[in-house]
Amino acid sequence: MSKVLIVAEHLNGKLNSSTARCVTCAQAFNADSIDVLVLADTPAAIAAEAAAIAGVSKVLTISHSANAHAIAAVYAPQVVAAAQGYSHVLAPSTTFGKDLAPRIAALLGVAQVSDIAEVVNAHCFKRPIYAGNAIITVEAPADAVLVATVRTASFAAAAAGGSAAIEALNVSAELPAHTRFVELQQGKSDRPDLQSASRVVSGGRGVGSAENFAVIYQLADKLGAAVGASRAAVDAGYVPSDLQVGQTGKIIAPELYMAIGISGAIQHLTGIKDAGTIVAINKDGEAPIFEIADIGLVGDLFTLVPQLEAALG
Amino acid sequence: MKILVGYKRVVDYNVRIQVKPDGSGVVTEGVKLSANPFDDIALEEALRLREKGVATDVVVATIGPADCQAHLRNGLAMGANRAIHVVTTQAVQPLTAARTLLKLIEKEQPDIVILGKQAIDDDCNQTGQMLAALWNRPQATFASKVDINGRNARVTREVDAGLETIEVDLPAVITTDLRLNEPRFIKLPDIMKAKSKPLETIPLESLAVESGDHLKTTHYAAPAKRSKGVMVKDVAELVSLLKTKGLV
Ligand SMILES: Cc1cc2nc3c(=O)[nH]c(=O)nc-3n(C[C@H](O)[C@H](O)[C@H](O)COP(=O)(O)OP(=O)(O)OC[C@H]3O[C@@H](n4cnc5c(N)ncnc54)[C@H](O)[C@@H]3O)c2cc1C
Repeated sequence: MSKVLIVAEHLNGKLNSSTARCVTCAQAFNADSIDVLVLADTPAAIAAEAAAIAGVSKVLTISHSANAHAIAAVYAPQVVAAAQGYSHVLAPSTTFGKDLAPRIAALLGVAQVSDIAEVVNAHCFKRPIYAGNAIITVEAPADAVLVATVRTASFAAAAAGGSAAIEALNVSAELPAHTRFVELQQGKSDRPDLQSASRVVSGGRGVGSAENFAVIYQLADKLGAAVGASRAAVDAGYVPSDLQVGQTGKIIAPELYMAIGISGAIQHLTGIKDAGTIVAINKDGEAPIFEIADIGLVGDLFTLVPQLEAALG
Repeated sequence: MKILVGYKRVVDYNVRIQVKPDGSGVVTEGVKLSANPFDDIALEEALRLREKGVATDVVVATIGPADCQAHLRNGLAMGANRAIHVVTTQAVQPLTAARTLLKLIEKEQPDIVILGKQAIDDDCNQTGQMLAALWNRPQATFASKVDINGRNARVTREVDAGLETIEVDLPAVITTDLRLNEPRFIKLPDIMKAKSKPLETIPLESLAVESGDHLKTTHYAAPAKRSKGVMVKDVAELVSLLKTKGLV
């Protein structure tokens, strides 16, 4: 009997698609019920979005001014209070879930499974370790609550079409004041979101400068793609940190991934291993990226990328 | 002000990890071991806070087998004042690590605890958050900038949406992201100096830590290989291939 509670991720009043991916993961448990918990200052609109995900049994809301921002130390005791009677508590393996889930697990006194990539059964999972160089099968005790994060790139988002009931919860939990939100600097962009985009164009150190990144942005815009980057490109200041793809950045699974001026270090590749088609453009024919690319093109990106953009009309 | 730094030893990030054919583990015999890169960043940040006069005492701690001493000496050579070695033959899971570090906190009473956001062996990304929960103190995870102002810290965090800044009261747990700083290299004279710095050894059993090793790894497998693709000679060929696949 699995009763699953998923902690919803949301920002600026909108539900993140990572929540619907957690629903798909939970469905693989043959769960008896899948509930979604929305902590927010004004949860109504977010809860309505969650209620529309097919497969969701019930949406629970905890409305509190302290929940205006996702502060793990504030959310965790409320989730623990709400989690009574559940067999599983899931959160997406995004920075939101990674920050929050271990705090919940520790308060419950249980271990946490990070980055579920495949469900064997409700207490047995596969997950990557060593930057994806090994996949382990992990068994968790069946007699304790299971807290886990879900590797969102491994699960498609559950479809819309649900109409779950929404219920307001009153939990008594002591909320700490020791942690205060100051600000969120968000890159303003009309481009698709990197974590859910079906096409991604990424640039690496080979792009050479922030100015040169214009060629990447232009190709991305032609394709309606999101923009990503390697760690080296972020470290060098070509692009902001939220574009980093890889072991310690974002793990993504677009239908089309274009790696441009990226060598293909294992830490980068682990972030794209579930991509549909990987295209690599690199001037070094020996670059490791070509070992995993579905389509490779050797040459100078400053010649090839504008050509490609033009050819796409 | 005292800073406690978690300093784990892991397989070096340059090593090509091989899964044993019988699925019982990964090959660790004879491979290069190094400090977890995020922990080097944690130690570097602590040292910089000491150099700025914010902190006076930097203590590095590791939980690991007897031969971790050399690893801790590296931490001392980098500049830590003291080291604590919690000795155990078994690798511990994050909840046990957090419970163990809590014991060290009770003993050392640090104002700041800095850990790496994840260890690059198990890639769990849990220990700092668990420790903060057990300690009932703030957590500032994935830090790319830390400013200490008296009894609070302003920390910029690398989150999926961009850069988030939070303010936390001290004491607190901070976990490091890659861009917080660039760790210094160890110089030869410092290795000599480190030999005489205090290194305390504590058997894990003596700390009476309740084990949190609840998870059992039953199998290790190599990742599925992507099949080798094709090389195209020019952009026209690339575009026509993408068109065939229905991708553009
Ligand atoms: C703990 C840790 C975590 C890490 N996490 C991540 C992570 O999450 N994500 C990540 O990406 N990396 C990560 N890394 C870093 C990783 O190891 C590599 O250093 C990084 O991915 C390299 O980025 P790059 O391919 O852009 O740069 P490089 O390796 O320098 O490659 C640049 C490539 O550009 C090509 N090039 C240059 N000029 C041109 C041109 N004009 N036209 C065409 N091609 C050109 C070159 O041939 C080369 O192949 C991590 C490392 C560590 C230690």
